[in-house]
Amino acid sequence: MNMQTTTRLTTAEAALVEAFGAQVGDLPGNGAVIGTRDRLLDDLKKSGLPTRRIESWHYTDLKNLFREVPEANGSAGVSAVAPLIAGSSVLTVLQGEADAKVHAEGFSVSAYKDALSDGSAVKGLTALDKDDAIGRINGSFVRDGFSLSVPAGADLADPIEIQALHAGGQIHTRFPAVFGAGAKATIIERHRAETDAAALVSSISDIALEDGAEVTWILLQQQGAADTHLGQIRVSLGKDAKLRLYVINAGGKLVRQELRIEVEGEGADLTLRGVNLLGGDTHTDVTLVLGHNVPHTTSTETIRNVLFDRASGVFQGMIKVAPDAQKTDAKMACNTLLMSDDADFSVKPELEIFADDVICGHGATVSDIDRNHLFYLMARGVPENKARAMLVNAFVAEIAEELEDEKLVAPLEELISDWLDKHA
Amino acid sequence: MLEIKNLHARIAEDGTEIIRGLNLTVKAGEVAAIMGPNGSGKSTLSYILSGREDYEVTEGEILLNGENILELDPAERAAKGVFLAFQYPVEIPGVATMQFLKVAMNEQRKARGEAELTTPDFLRRVKEVAADLKINMDMLKRPLNVGFSGGEKKRAEILQMALLEPQLCILDETDSGLDIDALKIVADGVNALKSPDRATIVITHYQRLLDYIVPDTVHVLYKGQIIRTGDKDLALELEANGYADVIGQAA
Ligand SMILES: Nc1ncnc2c1ncn2[C@@H]1O[C@H](COP(=O)(O)OP(=O)(O)OP(=O)(O)O)[C@@H](O)[C@H]1O
Ligand SMILES: [Mg+2]
Repeated sequence: MNMQTTTRLTTAEAALVEAFGAQVGDLPGNGAVIGTRDRLLDDLKKSGLPTRRIESWHYTDLKNLFREVPEANGSAGVSAVAPLIAGSSVLTVLQGEADAKVHAEGFSVSAYKDALSDGSAVKGLTALDKDDAIGRINGSFVRDGFSLSVPAGADLADPIEIQALHAGGQIHTRFPAVFGAGAKATIIERHRAETDAAALVSSISDIALEDGAEVTWILLQQQGAADTHLGQIRVSLGKDAKLRLYVINAGGKLVRQELRIEVEGEGADLTLRGVNLLGGDTHTDVTLVLGHNVPHTTSTETIRNVLFDRASGVFQGMIKVAPDAQKTDAKMACNTLLMSDDADFSVKPELEIFADDVICGHGATVSDIDRNHLFYLMARGVPENKARAMLVNAFVAEIAEELEDEKLVAPLEELISDWLDKHA
Repeated sequence: MLEIKNLHARIAEDGTEIIRGLNLTVKAGEVAAIMGPNGSGKSTLSYILSGREDYEVTEGEILLNGENILELDPAERAAKGVFLAFQYPVEIPGVATMQFLKVAMNEQRKARGEAELTTPDFLRRVKEVAADLKINMDMLKRPLNVGFSGGEKKRAEILQMALLEPQLCILDETDSGLDIDALKIVADGVNALKSPDRATIVITHYQRLLDYIVPDTVHVLYKGQIIRTGDKDLALELEANGYADVIGQAA
């Protein structure tokens, strides 16, 4: 029997459809882009927001958790802030719109809106698979961002800071970045709420490292207590490319940060480090899908989580090793410090290995503060609350220290200790 | 300075009694050596003095300058001048040694109502003491005790002791793991801290350390009690004959 079913949309789903209808007239894009947007939204409408029945969303039932779409326009008047690292080239995106006055030295940059308008963005506007809700939402609504290109052989002395600031509203941004062969650069991607007004943020960064490029990319998510942040980082690594990817979540009410990484060139190396500082009534999801697709590639993934209050979090780490990707060496670890009985963190490691000569491992720990450490500090006169704070801080600061470059380590450590001071 | 009266203590977790009616008095200015076979309760005693929660005092009292300190937590005891140089100092990754030293010194000062050290004063102090103990400042740039060799850890303990200027110093097998030269340096460090208003408890198995840090009194701890007290000659006697005689006489 054939039955016509009309899926009922949730309030949030209906609001997204309605928002699209209202915005599509002035969303940037040529015919092809608008066609793609329509299709992505249509797919979203048909499948709805993902629920826990979809495996990759099992721990983050977006349909249930994401209830309300804020008004499209937040408040105006947000202005750029000082970069995390002095001397950085700052690329500002305010309320989702790129600030065209950009001073770029040693690299080229243009507003992503231009790529939408001339249609060159269309091939990137895809969902990665049928469950890619973030790809669909972002592809439908994205307005602006920056397209970055660091030429082959360039060695940028100063970091580039992408500064995406908002004061509530619907913010959909995109940051494609190509690093030419042998290029060396450090990028800080900073998402930050400047007010308490609720925001829905979606943001995708497409990072391509060509052969031998060496990049440090640091994502800092500091959204507000009422914000939903749906992030995705898409990475491809060429031959001998080296990427250090730091993902630091220190804000937001509902956060999903997806990392879709394809290691495509022999000799490539990925260092993924994650820090999740979670407090209040929040939910944060970091989902990694990492493909080691060719022989002789390496990666390490370390995720450190600290949870207070009633915060919940999840790390899903899937490593796929292709059939001919011999000599892959991948090590994943996820360590959690639970500072409250009402907080919880789930870890779901998955290894899909189709090659036989590989080293792949994963480990997860959940712990309280080490009592031996606490006693040692206290026995030297450090009061208990201060000693605890030092140890929590140490647990995550270790990750920052791995960057070694003091210019990067110091501001990250400061960000971490500021957050802990406010929440502990 | 320190009076321990009829102390009974057990492991909090399983109730096993380790300290069984221990009496010990250490006067200001005195160096007291505690010796005793493995497992007799020496480290346990040092932990109980510094307030470790794993042990429960069921009877008796510990008086520091006449004040019962049993209700104080380890940090409060440290501020009152108790210092334990650990038998096995722990490595604490992520905690910078210098930052830790500064926090510890200043927290103790704050607790005693003294002014905090300025950074230049702090650095000057650390450099001075480190030089005396032949500790390389580069070592102190690492996280606390992380990757320090056995001997370096012991030296770092004495460095902390010198910086914190405690009233009651407890050294738990500080000589183990030290080479001959380091033993001398560490002993000199301890001796330099000797003063009429400071008491020192040296826990050791070997006369070698007591050749450098000459004790005023020597106490034998066995099965949670002090079974014999004497002067420095007692240590020599133990070195020559072992514990059998002393234990036999006490039984
Ligand atoms: N937290 C604990 N849990 C279980 N057993 C303990 C604990 N602390 C002490 N003990 C036991 O109590 C006894 C005394 O231990 P302690 O470490 O005090 O001995 P010690 O005299 O310092 O020995 P050593 O000379 O080997 O250092 C030992 O049998 C030890 O196993
Ligand atoms: Mg011992």
